[in-house]
Amino acid sequence: MLTDATEKTPPTRGSAAERLQAMLAELRQWLPAETLVTHPQELRAYECDGLPAYRRVPGAVVIPTTEDQVKRILAAAHRHRVPVVARGAGTGLSGGALPDPDGIVLSMARFNRILSIDPVNRIARVQPGVRNLAISEAAAPHGLYYAPDPSSQIACSIGGNVAENAGGVHCLKYGLTVHNVQGLRVVTPDGETLTLGGEALDTPGYDLLALLHGSEGMLGVIVEITVKLLPRPEDVAVLLAAFAALPAAADAVAGIIGAGIVPAGLEMMDNPAIRAAEDFVHAGYPVDAAAILLVELDGTTESVEAQARRVRELLQRHGATRVDTARDPQTRARFWAGRKSAFPAVGRISPDYYCMDGTIPRRRLAEVLQGIARLSREFGLAVVNVFHAGDGNLHPLILYDAAKPGELERAERFGTRILELCVQAGGTITGEHGVGVEKLDAMCVQFAPAELERFHAVKQVFDPEGLLNPGKAVPSLHRCAELGAMHVHGGALPHPELPRF
Amino acid sequence: MAEAAIARLRERVREAAATGTALEIVGGGTKRFYGRSVYGEPLHTTGLSGIVHHEPSELFVTVLGGTALAQLEARLAETGQMLAFEPPHFGAAATVGGMVAAGLSGPRRPWAGAVRDHLLGVRVLDGTGQLLHFGGEVMKNVAGYDLFRPMAGALGTLGVLVEVTLKLVPLPAQTETRALALDQAQMRSTLERLWRSPQPVTATWYDGEILYVRLAGEAPDVAAAARRLGGERLPDDTALWQDVREQRLPWFHDPRPLWRLSVPPAAPQIPLPGDWAEEWSGAQRWLLSDSDAESVRRAAASAGGHATLFRGDPGEDEVFQPLAAPVLHLHRRLKAIFDPHGVFNPGRLYAGL
Repeated sequence: MLTDATEKTPPTRGSAAERLQAMLAELRQWLPAETLVTHPQELRAYECDGLPAYRRVPGAVVIPTTEDQVKRILAAAHRHRVPVVARGAGTGLSGGALPDPDGIVLSMARFNRILSIDPVNRIARVQPGVRNLAISEAAAPHGLYYAPDPSSQIACSIGGNVAENAGGVHCLKYGLTVHNVQGLRVVTPDGETLTLGGEALDTPGYDLLALLHGSEGMLGVIVEITVKLLPRPEDVAVLLAAFAALPAAADAVAGIIGAGIVPAGLEMMDNPAIRAAEDFVHAGYPVDAAAILLVELDGTTESVEAQARRVRELLQRHGATRVDTARDPQTRARFWAGRKSAFPAVGRISPDYYCMDGTIPRRRLAEVLQGIARLSREFGLAVVNVFHAGDGNLHPLILYDAAKPGELERAERFGTRILELCVQAGGTITGEHGVGVEKLDAMCVQFAPAELERFHAVKQVFDPEGLLNPGKAVPSLHRCAELGAMHVHGGALPHPELPRF
Repeated sequence: MAEAAIARLRERVREAAATGTALEIVGGGTKRFYGRSVYGEPLHTTGLSGIVHHEPSELFVTVLGGTALAQLEARLAETGQMLAFEPPHFGAAATVGGMVAAGLSGPRRPWAGAVRDHLLGVRVLDGTGQLLHFGGEVMKNVAGYDLFRPMAGALGTLGVLVEVTLKLVPLPAQTETRALALDQAQMRSTLERLWRSPQPVTATWYDGEILYVRLAGEAPDVAAAARRLGGERLPDDTALWQDVREQRLPWFHDPRPLWRLSVPPAAPQIPLPGDWAEEWSGAQRWLLSDSDAESVRRAAASAGGHATLFRGDPGEDEVFQPLAAPVLHLHRRLKAIFDPHGVFNPGRLYAGL
């Protein structure tokens, strides 16, 4: 690591804004000019991520190109005690990349190289700014692909995927990001590089690789990732089933899993979601159905055909009013088009929507949906439901109009109540989007003070000065106490005898 | 009943923390050979027995830490499910908590994932006697830092696993094992071809002469893969894979130290004297050798992996590959979060941890 005289100066004193300016003055001495963004107009582009309800203009943006630059930037931030918010593609849905006005955004956008593809060991070494889909594209000539596919996969970066432990529609069979990453190089806030995992399948000691996944940029800055690649399945089929009632569709999901079939994807949409999607992309969805299921099966041609027959029977046995099977790529793409465009489709029917991300044990699905419908009436806001039904991950979209005074706040309160429902059902407040700034209050519902204390202690181990993405992911105990949120443990409410609506 | 057992454990832990007494957490005591030696008063978990929650239409089970692994597996088999990572028992008394703490996975690991990949949540008693809950019963959960997966393989140095929730998979419809007489080069190229294509392989074993490949999945896939692979069908393969997993094959009967090398699957033959066998499509290699630890570790590292003295006397040395200084530093500080008084299994994973 290079050092010069300025990098040995003692920490700056003064206000947060003064410390930032002192750090920037230092960075200007050695950082290439195009690496540093300070023009107010350009800074606007970084004021929010995929959750635009929260906005803050950063003090500056730094876009390094080398690991050495990252180390020196972090070391400078450490010396001047300036907050650092690492950012990938900015597609996150929980405000995890929301900037700090007196801090810098560390954009990893120029770390965009695929360093190596090793088809024999089925791994790829990539930089964090590489787009998720670009990995599969680069691996395609070898008959391989990278399995996790968040809906934003054409844009989102793999570094952001690790930071959020991103999911997607194929998690049920292929797991989350944490199951598909074998190694990380991470720079810590004091400028140290950690190598965690690598080319072998496992690594000795504590599973720090898992700990870094979903840590939302709070523990270190990821500079390199070794991902697992999988052989492309030989064949794929997608079944589209319509149901006259939601509980029947939920039972059909349990029926498929209970029969020992683990589909590659198993998605559900309710009637408002079906209508919005059909209006938008004309996928051929049955607009009068109460719910549809999309079931994707992959494997060899023989097994896909055998499984498709069994799944069709199961769907019909559970009351499907119609089952269509897509075998060719065009029809499959059409079946998926509606599901994959569900969020923008909802964007067309409502000025704003608020996307939730709770996960529940699958058997509680019908009950939680009824609860959401009840809350919808209580708050006077409509809800559109799309789910990763196979793994119980719900995405209720609350429709609101930010232009109407108080409606955003109402939508947020409604959302918090949905997350409480999820925790009461034995689930979690976030399945794949992360906590960010958005679900800090909901964290108080899911975790007891003792557990939150451990999270803070872990943060303290990696980042004693609290400079990396401060204030995200884990609420302070003080905040939880002020909120007076009821911590719900293992699905058991305090005072279960009291009705709660 | 479980609550009473937890209360008793908690009392013991608080006492130990107050008096600075080291505790050795003991489930079935079947894997005490694994890791460094621990000198501490035994803390038995066998009072914590029972399956807390299991519904066959859900792919998970919640079970108390002291439950016998054999009992859990029998229950799962009745409902057509299994633990995907096929854990070794190393004795009839093996417990579920011990299985998670040891973090050892069996023959299916490269295709199905490891223990840590199937751990969904834990209730853990920390070194101050506090009961903490991380993770849950759902597949997708990104609330808070992941403090449950690191419990897998921590060898009890972070806490007592009071309860764990594990993801399950359905039993395969069809299983068949093929035996192929191959030399080293043929074996390597066969494995490489299988690893790179979507074949229903779920286990491999090679002892220098015969490559055994287990195929499992839908019946037509298994039949087609068997045809392509050739070799001979093993009439009854259950015993073979159990013996591989439990290290009961004659190959393992040897007085020399047994090393486990975890390397990239396609790593070329590693230049160390001794007898070699391998599993996991080449990613887990076993070495019976009197070579000094330093040479074995260096060879493993230059092959892109690491080495563990799986069975043998390490003396005062490490059993696991030594950690880089900044990583070891993080280990010490994480240990201090969960076990500030150094009560649990001191030194079992690494000296001073």
